[in-house]
Amino acid sequence: MEWETVIGLEVHVQLATQTKIFSGSSIAFGAEPNTQACAIDLAMPGTLPVANEQAFRYATMFGLAVDAEIGKRSVFERKNYFYPDLPKGYQTTQLEEPIVGPGNVDILLSSGEQKRVRIHHAHLEEDAGKSVHEGASLGFSQAMSGIDLNRAGTPLIEVVTEPDMRNAEEAVAFARKLHSIVTSLGICDGEMSQGSMRFDVNISVRLKGGELGTRTETKNLNSFRFMERCIEQEVERQIEVLEEGGTITQETRLYDGDTHTARAMRSKEEANDYRYFPCPDLLPVILDDDYIEQVRSTLPELPDARQKRFEETYSLSAYDAGTLSADAAVASYFEATAKASGDAKLAANWLMGELSAKLNAEEIAIGGSKVSAEHLAGLIARIKDQTISNKIAKQVFEAMWNGEGDADSIIDAKGLKQVSDSGALEKMVDEVMSNNPSQVDNYRKADEKKRPKMLGFFVGQIMKASNGQANPQQLNEILKNKLDAE
Amino acid sequence: MHKLTIAEIARKLRSKEFSSEEITRHLLQRISELDTRYNSFVTVTAEQAIAQAKQADTRLASGDTEPMCGVPFAHKDIFCTNSVLTTCGSKMLSNFVPPYDACVVTNFKNAGAVMLGKTNMDEFAMGSSNETSYYGPVKNPWDTNCVPGGSSGGSAAAVAALLAPGATATDTGGSIRQPAALCGITGIKPTYGRVSRWGMIAFASSLDQAGVMAKSAEDAAIMLNTMASFDEKDSTCVDQPLEDYTAGLGNPLAGVTVGIPKEYFGEGLNAGTQAAVEAAIKELEKAGAKIKSISLPHTHLAVPAYYVIAPAECSANLSRFDGVRYGYRCDEPKDLEDLYKRSRGEGFGDEVKRRILVGTYCLSAGYYDAYYGKAQVVRRLIKQDFVEAFKEVDVIAGPTSPSPAFQFGAKSDDPVAMYLEDIYTIATNLAGLPGMSLPCGLVDDKPVGLQLIGNYFAEGKLLNLAHQFQQATDFHSLAPASIA
Repeated sequence: MEWETVIGLEVHVQLATQTKIFSGSSIAFGAEPNTQACAIDLAMPGTLPVANEQAFRYATMFGLAVDAEIGKRSVFERKNYFYPDLPKGYQTTQLEEPIVGPGNVDILLSSGEQKRVRIHHAHLEEDAGKSVHEGASLGFSQAMSGIDLNRAGTPLIEVVTEPDMRNAEEAVAFARKLHSIVTSLGICDGEMSQGSMRFDVNISVRLKGGELGTRTETKNLNSFRFMERCIEQEVERQIEVLEEGGTITQETRLYDGDTHTARAMRSKEEANDYRYFPCPDLLPVILDDDYIEQVRSTLPELPDARQKRFEETYSLSAYDAGTLSADAAVASYFEATAKASGDAKLAANWLMGELSAKLNAEEIAIGGSKVSAEHLAGLIARIKDQTISNKIAKQVFEAMWNGEGDADSIIDAKGLKQVSDSGALEKMVDEVMSNNPSQVDNYRKADEKKRPKMLGFFVGQIMKASNGQANPQQLNEILKNKLDAE
Repeated sequence: MHKLTIAEIARKLRSKEFSSEEITRHLLQRISELDTRYNSFVTVTAEQAIAQAKQADTRLASGDTEPMCGVPFAHKDIFCTNSVLTTCGSKMLSNFVPPYDACVVTNFKNAGAVMLGKTNMDEFAMGSSNETSYYGPVKNPWDTNCVPGGSSGGSAAAVAALLAPGATATDTGGSIRQPAALCGITGIKPTYGRVSRWGMIAFASSLDQAGVMAKSAEDAAIMLNTMASFDEKDSTCVDQPLEDYTAGLGNPLAGVTVGIPKEYFGEGLNAGTQAAVEAAIKELEKAGAKIKSISLPHTHLAVPAYYVIAPAECSANLSRFDGVRYGYRCDEPKDLEDLYKRSRGEGFGDEVKRRILVGTYCLSAGYYDAYYGKAQVVRRLIKQDFVEAFKEVDVIAGPTSPSPAFQFGAKSDDPVAMYLEDIYTIATNLAGLPGMSLPCGLVDDKPVGLQLIGNYFAEGKLLNLAHQFQQATDFHSLAPASIA
């Protein structure tokens, strides 16, 4: 049997507004519990919400970025359920008339194929607080839970896709593209580890070409890696169940990032009846064309346009341009390096090679890079003018990363300058040749085809003697001349 | 002193016949002596009142011109008062002391008015008889065997018993006008959005509107001047220029057309009430108004639509009372569900629970369209009735309630009979229009109210009509025989 996977995503994107969606409290991450919660956030009696204009602006920017229709009339509704981290006993969200209507996002797959994922809609809503189940560490007796309402009321857009993705790769590519769009727009800080983007994944499998299967929803994935693993596991689980003749239960599952396993949280029967109805405390918000056009005029360059520009301006491959343009911070680092060094190709290689390896190894974002774009450009300039070889450059990069200064001062201090003095090089060649007469003999007896390979021995010896500082091109030339001369 | 109107008090404070502290102490004394009969106050803030009165006297001495400066009054216990217990008539909030003032409370504080205390009310403003209060029923000063009406029964009784010259109140479905009628005083519910709801504990957000109760239309105008404001903290507050409601009180009624809806004089209307209201309409005609018969064809749908919309909104509004952050919490909850169930089960009274259940049902999957959806359609039709009517008339007049005050227990076992108390008042809330009630006679020694309904933001016109009526009649100055 050939199975096909069908995946749809619901993505919660925290908007990087100054204040909460319905109150004046700050939304900064990491404050002491309940220090960023005012009477409105605590749902004290008689308090009322006032909608945050910046949240509407950000949601509108998102809608325009995914080529969606902007809801000119957008209505908040109350989604009713009881939970201690939901102070009002309802979440203020949108249902029937969301701010962002149908749109689409194009993703590039590793096969080189481009695919379009349709956005069903995106709506504005408030986040809930957090229940903290670490009683003992909070000074409570073990059985108690704490509630932190700092996050309650943080503005979110929930982006809902059509079930257009067919495997984990596509879902992750979409998620990364979405991350790229919202960070480029500057409407989300993109800090996945802080929950700034959270994914709910709807997964079902069906026989190829058949009717849609029953889906499960796995909630609250906050890394691309978790998402990938979770999808692979869930697809495998569903296929196994179906192949054994079982049926899939429509249920909500929760993924545990520590154990990398998911478990059923509640079935459809246990699902809440949320009793949505329009929030009478908030009037419908009407966005007119002038407002929408004004927002459109403020849109920064989006990833797709940037990729195209990178391909054209810097003659990069589609893949390289895509990688470098996805993240706004990476893109601007790249452009600064390319411009200052005058070599975009080398800048791209270094960014995607050494720099990205370092950043990944130390788990830091490009904003926190220990080598600035200016320093990297300085290094590239020395490679270009042949002051140092690529190999030495890696050594210099390492030193720059360790805070030892810029490329020039490190090259000077360590005496890493490439030896391009032909007199000095000739002397080294003569020395190596006289020390290895049998190899010289062999070389000279060998035919033309075998010689280039045999040349490697002499290059290696001289590089060793010169601490890698010999200019390789020059060295090659001199060696060849001398060996071939007999 | 306690017989004086607010307008008279304001004058006498300035002519130094007495100080704010003197009249405040006098009224506090009256409350402590007499309110055991009426139970109109939940909390009396004597100490704070005297401090406020002293401050007001200082302001008056330096020539303050705010009409409410130094005038004692009471707040319905639905308005949050910083550092003062705010119960909303419920056990649920029997321990709730807000750290903030309602916008209305701030406005009166800024004007220098002196708060005597917080008045009793139906629990969470749900009731038409004041029998649902956790703090016991309020008694009607005209007959203590009868209800004062509700939900603002405490405010109405306090004014009728001359314990306070005026009081704030709220009206979600007649809660100012019906008790004003039953207690023989003047009450006005302004246009939805005229007064900020910030800090006013919500019952049904799209219907709730704060207003005032006083001894006369002139006093109501003075209080409303202080109360009304635009408030950015309430998104439903309307940014409409403020007007001086006392300015047009003296306008003649010539050229004013008063519409009489035939639907307000049908089955269920007490004959005595009808006679008094008709006589009052004649009086308006005598004063120069033109009387015109009109029709509000969807009137009969107002009560059913209201009893879907209001409970639906309240079912969500009251979810925050969960025993987690403030208010009543049950003893020794064994888990989260037990905490919710018992805190809410023990903290809310029967009528509140009934409405939460009705509202929850109306919003449930499969019932939403048939109930909530339909009710919204009806609401638009009712509003349209008024829009059409106000093309032809300036003001609509009719009875406030179908009959005078009834005895305790008479309707408390029959929710539908109780709900029909508000049959003439509820449509106004659904449409968001201003409405008022003023005394227009007695039936069996109990007051009858004349209701006036105005177009959006036509509070001034209503107060003008009411004032002119009160210039020509003395129903508003009648006091129960038992009250000296």
